[in-house]
Amino acid sequence: MLYREVGQYKTSYAADQALLPILQDKIGIAVLLLIAFVGVPLTASDFTLNSVLIPILIFSLAATGLNLLTGYTGLLSLGTGGFMGVGAYACYKLMTLFPHVNIIVFILFSGFFAAAVGIVFGLPSLRIKGFYLAVATLAAQFFLSWCFIRVPWLYNYNISASIEVPTKMLFGIAVTGPTATSVTRYLVVLAIVAVLTLLAANLVRGRTGRTWMAVRDMDLAAELIGIRLYQTKLLSFAVSSFYCGVAGAMLVFLYLGNAEPSSFDINQSFLILFMVIIGGLGSLLGSFLGATLIWGLPILLRHVPTYFGLSIESAKVDQSTFMILGALIIFFLIVEPHGLARLWQIGKQKLRVWPFPY
Amino acid sequence: MRLKYLALTAAVAGLVGVSVPASNAFAKDSLFVPLFTYRTGAFANSGIPIANGMHDYLSMLNARDGGIGGVKLDIQECETQYNDAKGVECYDSVKNKHPVVIGPWSTGITLALIPKVTVDHIPVLSMAYGLSAAAVGADFPWIFNPPDTYWDGMSIALKYIAEKEGGFAKLKGKTIGFIFLDVGYGREPIPLLNDFAKDYGFKVKMYPVAPSQMQSQGGVWLGVRRDRPDWMIMWGWGAMNPTAVQEAARTGYPMDHFLGVWWSGSEGDARPAGEAAKGYLSLNFNAVGTNFPAIKDIIKDVVNKGKSQTPKDMVGENFYNRGVVNGVMIAEAIRNAQKITGKKMIDGSDMRRGLETLQISEQRWKQIGLPEFAAPIHITCQDHDGHGPVYVQQWDGHKWVKVSGWISPVKDKVLPLLVDAAKDYVNKNQPWPKRTERCDDGTL
Repeated sequence: MLYREVGQYKTSYAADQALLPILQDKIGIAVLLLIAFVGVPLTASDFTLNSVLIPILIFSLAATGLNLLTGYTGLLSLGTGGFMGVGAYACYKLMTLFPHVNIIVFILFSGFFAAAVGIVFGLPSLRIKGFYLAVATLAAQFFLSWCFIRVPWLYNYNISASIEVPTKMLFGIAVTGPTATSVTRYLVVLAIVAVLTLLAANLVRGRTGRTWMAVRDMDLAAELIGIRLYQTKLLSFAVSSFYCGVAGAMLVFLYLGNAEPSSFDINQSFLILFMVIIGGLGSLLGSFLGATLIWGLPILLRHVPTYFGLSIESAKVDQSTFMILGALIIFFLIVEPHGLARLWQIGKQKLRVWPFPY
Repeated sequence: MRLKYLALTAAVAGLVGVSVPASNAFAKDSLFVPLFTYRTGAFANSGIPIANGMHDYLSMLNARDGGIGGVKLDIQECETQYNDAKGVECYDSVKNKHPVVIGPWSTGITLALIPKVTVDHIPVLSMAYGLSAAAVGADFPWIFNPPDTYWDGMSIALKYIAEKEGGFAKLKGKTIGFIFLDVGYGREPIPLLNDFAKDYGFKVKMYPVAPSQMQSQGGVWLGVRRDRPDWMIMWGWGAMNPTAVQEAARTGYPMDHFLGVWWSGSEGDARPAGEAAKGYLSLNFNAVGTNFPAIKDIIKDVVNKGKSQTPKDMVGENFYNRGVVNGVMIAEAIRNAQKITGKKMIDGSDMRRGLETLQISEQRWKQIGLPEFAAPIHITCQDHDGHGPVYVQQWDGHKWVKVSGWISPVKDKVLPLLVDAAKDYVNKNQPWPKRTERCDDGTL
C-alpha cells in the first residue's frame, strides 16, 4: 500500500534508469541522509559517534571495496587488510612529506597508491581462480604486513613502529588529531563514504559493473561476447583496492589516531570478508548492513547488561559476546544464506504486496 | 518464514539499540577508577593476575577503609584484549564518566591515548610501560610511567650482565641477543640497546617475534642456536613468555644467561618449562609472596568473601603483586591529591597534581601494610618516572628467588636520551600543546 511503484509512470529513459526509480526509495534515502548528516550530529553522544558510527562507516567503505571485487567480479580476496594498510601508510607518508596540503586530499589520494598495489597483486587473477586466487591474495596480505613492520621508511623510523596522527586543520577546524571533535570527524567520514558509495552505485549499474558481473557469472561467456577479461579483472582490483585504501587511511586518521602494523593484519581481512558475506555478496547495501552487524552487535551486547543494571565481569561479557555473535552469524546464514541484503529485498517485496500477499 | 521475520526484527532492534548512547549513571559520591584489563585473548595469561591484583587491592580499600579519605572507589573493568582499537573504545566509553586516572596496560594503547588524554585532561598512569620519553614532565604533563621506563630497564639489564662479566669493558666483542614482541612495546628499548652496543663494543642480534608467531618460535630459536649469543635479553608478553622459556630450554640455551624484563617474569612464564626453566632470570620491582599485612587483608576482606575472581593460591604471585603495586600507586596518588587540594571528590586535574607530587617512602610502604614491597617512589613535575632501582630474580624450578641487590638504572645515559626523545615526539606531533599546567613542587 505504502510502498508500491504502481502509478509512477516514467516518461523518459533517464527517469527509468535512475538510481532510485521509485519515489518511496528517494524519500527514504533523503530521510536517511538527513538523519545521518543533521540528526545524528545533533543528538548522538561522543561514544556513539566515536566508537560506533565512525568505525561502522569506515568498515562499510572497506566492505564496499571488497564487495566490488568479490561480490561483483567474483574474485575472492584475503588481502583487504593489506590494501587498507597501503592506504594508511601512503597517506601518512604523503602527509609528512607535504605537511601543508589539505589532509582530505591525501586521504582520497592515498586510495590511488592502494589501487596500484592492488593491480600488481591482481595480476595472477587471469591465470588462477577461486580459492587459488584467495591464496595469492593471502600472500599479498602477508607481504604487505611484513612491509609495515620491516620497512622503517614507511613509518618514518618511529621507535615504536607506529604511525602518529598530528592535528590537521581544514578551514580553521581541526579534522584529525586529538583536538578534532568526534562530530567533525564523523561528518568528514560520512561525506567521504556517501560520495564514494554513490560513485560505486553508479559504477556497478553502468557498463563497468555489468562487465564485472558478466565475468563473475561466467568468464568464458563474457570473453566470447567481447569483454576483455584481463582489463576487467584488473580494473576491479584497482577500484576495490582504492576503496579499501581510502578506508584504511580514514581508519588511522579519522578513527584510531594512531596505528600499529597489527591494525592491518590478516584478522582485519577476515573481518571485512565476514562483513561482506553476512551483509550480502554483490550488494552495496549489504556492505553497510554487514559492517553494522559485525561491528555494532558486539558493542550492543557488551552494553546490554548495564542497561538492565546488571554488573557482570567485563571478561565474561566479552566471552559471551563472542559466543552470541558466532551463534547469530550461523543463525543468519541459515535463515538467509544470501546475506542481510537479501532479507531487506524480501522485506521490500512483502511491502509491495501488502496487505494482500499471494 | 517466521524465522526470517524474527531475524529481521532482531537486526532492526540491533540497529536501533546501537544508536542509543551507552551511558551509565555516574555515581556522584564515588571516585570512578576504570581498569583496562584483559582476561581474554592471547595475552590473558599475563593480564589476569595483574587485573586481579589491581582490582583486589582497590576493593580491599573499599571494604576495609570505606574507600580513600571517606570516598568509595567505583572500580570498573573494561576488557581490551591488549588490542589498540578496543583500548581506544574503552577510553571513549569511560572518558565522559570523569575517571580520575587511566591505566591502559598496553604500550600500544598508551601510545594511542597520549595525544587524547593531553587534550581531555585525564592523567594516564602507565606503570613501567608505555612511551619512555613520557617521563619528561615538561612535555608530557598528563602521562606518568613510574617506577622505571623501558630504557631504564634495558640499562639495568645490561648493567647486571656487565657485572656478571666483570665490568662494562668486558662486554667488548660479546654478542647479546634481544628477543622481543614485535609491537611498540618490544621495540621501545631498542634505541638504548643500540646506543650501549656502540659505546661498549658488543654486538646485538635482534630476534623479533610477531604477535601471530608468539606460540611458534621454533624459527627464532633456530637463529639463536646458530648465532650462539653470550646473553639473551627478552621483552616478551602474554603467550610469548612461556613459549620462549620452553624453546630456550629445548634449544639448550644456558638459562642463567637468559634475562627477561619485568614483564617476562611471572610464575606462569617459567612454570610450564618445568625443571628445565631453572636458572631463568628476570627483572622485578616488587616483592613476591603473601607475607604482608595488606595482602593478608586482601585475602580476608576480598578473596575469602568472594568479591574477587582470584583463585586463592594465585594471591601473592609475582604479577598479582605487580597489580597490587599499581593499585597502591593509584590509591596513594588519590590520597595525595585529596591532601593537596583539600577536596574529597577529586577530578582528573586534581589527580594529575596528586601524581606529580607522589612520594611513597620506605616508611609509607610500611604504613600501608606492605613493608619492603617495592623501592620508594618519588615523582616530580620534571621527572614523571623516578627511575627507581630494580632487582634480578631467578627461577629455582618452583618459585622466584631474589638473586641480586637493588640495581639503579644508568641515569646519566638514559636521562639525556629521554629528553631528546621527548623533543623528537613533540616535533613530530606539532602542534603539541605547551605545558600550562601548574607545578606544585617548583621543579618546573
